[in-house]
Amino acid sequence: MQLRSLTWPLLIVGLLALLAVPFFPQLVYSVFIMKTLCFVLFACAFNLLLGHTGILSFGHAAFFGSGAYVTGQLVKAYGVPTELGILAGGLVAAFLGAVIGALAIRRSGIYLAMITLAISQLVFFFFLQAPFTGAEDGLQRIPRGTFLGVLDLNNDTALYYVVLGIVGAGLWVVWRTVNSPFGQVMRAIREHEPRAISLGYPVARYKVLVFALSAGLSGIAGSLKAIIFQLAALYDVHWHTSGDVILMTLLGGMNTVFGPAVGAAIVSTLNHYLDPFGAWVTVIIGVVFMTCVLMFRQGVVGELGKLLASRRSPTAPPDTTPHASAHADSHR
Amino acid sequence: MPAKIPFKTFALSSMVLAMGAASGAMASNGFSDDVVRIGVLTDMSGIYTDLSGEAAVEAVRMAVEDFGGEVGGVPIDVIYGDHRNRADTGASRAREWYDSDGVDMINDLSNSGVALAVAAVAEERQRHAIVNSSSNIGLTNDYCSPYVTHYTYDAHSLAHGTGKSIVEDGGDTWFFLTVDFAFGIGLEEQVSEVVREAGGQVVGAARHPLDTTDFSSYALQAQASGAEIIGIASTGADAINAINALAEFGVTPGQRPAALLLWYDDIVSLGLETAQGLMLTNAFYWDANDETREFSERFYERTGRMPNMAHAGNYSSTMHYLNAVEAAGTDDPDAVSEQMRELEINDFFASGGYIRPNGRMVHDQYLWEVKSPDESEYDYDFLRLLTTIPGEEAFQPLENSTCHLLDNDQ
Repeated sequence: MQLRSLTWPLLIVGLLALLAVPFFPQLVYSVFIMKTLCFVLFACAFNLLLGHTGILSFGHAAFFGSGAYVTGQLVKAYGVPTELGILAGGLVAAFLGAVIGALAIRRSGIYLAMITLAISQLVFFFFLQAPFTGAEDGLQRIPRGTFLGVLDLNNDTALYYVVLGIVGAGLWVVWRTVNSPFGQVMRAIREHEPRAISLGYPVARYKVLVFALSAGLSGIAGSLKAIIFQLAALYDVHWHTSGDVILMTLLGGMNTVFGPAVGAAIVSTLNHYLDPFGAWVTVIIGVVFMTCVLMFRQGVVGELGKLLASRRSPTAPPDTTPHASAHADSHR
Repeated sequence: MPAKIPFKTFALSSMVLAMGAASGAMASNGFSDDVVRIGVLTDMSGIYTDLSGEAAVEAVRMAVEDFGGEVGGVPIDVIYGDHRNRADTGASRAREWYDSDGVDMINDLSNSGVALAVAAVAEERQRHAIVNSSSNIGLTNDYCSPYVTHYTYDAHSLAHGTGKSIVEDGGDTWFFLTVDFAFGIGLEEQVSEVVREAGGQVVGAARHPLDTTDFSSYALQAQASGAEIIGIASTGADAINAINALAEFGVTPGQRPAALLLWYDDIVSLGLETAQGLMLTNAFYWDANDETREFSERFYERTGRMPNMAHAGNYSSTMHYLNAVEAAGTDDPDAVSEQMRELEINDFFASGGYIRPNGRMVHDQYLWEVKSPDESEYDYDFLRLLTTIPGEEAFQPLENSTCHLLDNDQ
């Protein structure tokens, strides 16, 4: 709870820093930050399922990639305005999420993960074979267009603020969801599903809804990426991407709302700045991941929160943790 | 809300650095940032590492050193990056290089998806990109640009090299083992067209996914087809596995495998025992003549391996780019582009080579046959020249190109 006092200053500093990015091209490249923002939204959306509802989906790339391809195709081939294209990407992904979710939640745990993986492989195959996707060459040269007909998105700075705005809105949705009565039901399902059922909650419907919400936001993240890079590629629907988002979430801390955002930033940054090491990048990321899993069981943010909490209340017994992580421990 | 932690430090440091940041020295002598910077964007950690990878970077460095390390009085700098076979990673790296790092030309670009994505960025940012190790013919058609050069080979030259020669040689009926991806299917289509034009017949095709290890059922299908030629429309590990499977199953007498994109390195992997008799179209072979030997031996000393056609293309194209920069007296992309299309390319890699308005570098291609172990007399003595395919025949006729820079009525 002591975290609260730090939250707002940090939030404001972070927001100011993000707003300032386009003005310091020598320092940080805005397209890189945009890409990171897409993954931030993707990871936080994914965590609605994993961290807050306790459902491990191993097929989130299907939603991310579908968003990218749908937006790309609509904007490129049918001349749909960019903002509608992004919205459509999100909606299609949400619909797909509801369908896949409805099938997957008939099982739980590892079986659920396997079902989502299997269906996402079907989606991968669809995008591999569908005539409009260009298979492994990807859907290329997607026009960025204008935002609401006025803002020319070919300008990186304009695009940056649009992306920042949309990702910000997406994160707000995540935050609102988690801190709402709906979010409490999600946590109830995570902690003790039979009990949630016995209390009269239509658990299956809740799960499908969370699936759709998480998928929709993931789809928007994918759509944004398609607009930023002007391409949608097979890697977006590949199971590697599903693995990446799990990595980001665990690295950042799955029992926090925005921990996955930090995880996404860490992974993107490592990928970006370790480039000179060539083949070693994958090894380095592997080592970082192993270290985090072994040493920071609650993720970077989770551990940090714990550290701050124990510093602030030296009188508290050492094993006292903020209640979210305490729940997680009991859950394990 | 801890998402901010990495940005907090960043915000503070940005204040400090922004004050001291140089405002980007502007050109005084026609050279942007007083340096000519070449970026090698390649696969350093994935399936194409062996074909391009670090050796491609080394080839470009060699060209820069041989050029003298500077052009028009400014130094030449070589940087490199890994696209990890992801079009978005490649495109974002290329964007950053052009926008913030002052890169004037990007070379290599293995993987067609990456090459297409980077070509799009190059056109948008009006900087140069030279594609050496991928085959997509779209680069000189729908996606052509004055700043993109397709240098070493393409799907058309492969099809018209191997395909045509084999049909003329009497291989009339074809069966394809095709990797189920745009590259393989495109290649199969191109070769089928050549086969039909030359009076041959395509009796069928089997499609396999990328990274297939067990080719036994495909090999049986190929046998059952009764076709004389089994065209292998894949590359790298897939082609190697397919050839191995066909060899193990002992293709029916009268059947011959033909690899449509075989790299020099693949023969090293296969070994002469298995690979003997295969035909391949390559733009370059280290042991072709004295000039190629001279380059290859220097390359071998630095990298411990013989160069393949992409490495040779990396070197030759970098040299050509630098010659064009010198002739233009500036690194202004438009002026350089003009010079690149003006100057003829004469080196160990190409003689009388030239770049068409759509970016296609036209030079001779060669059809090689893999020697048998008995014929191979020394290390790396692998290939025998069958025919030389003149550049005009090997590459797509200009009037068929759908490139928007041409006045073709399409």
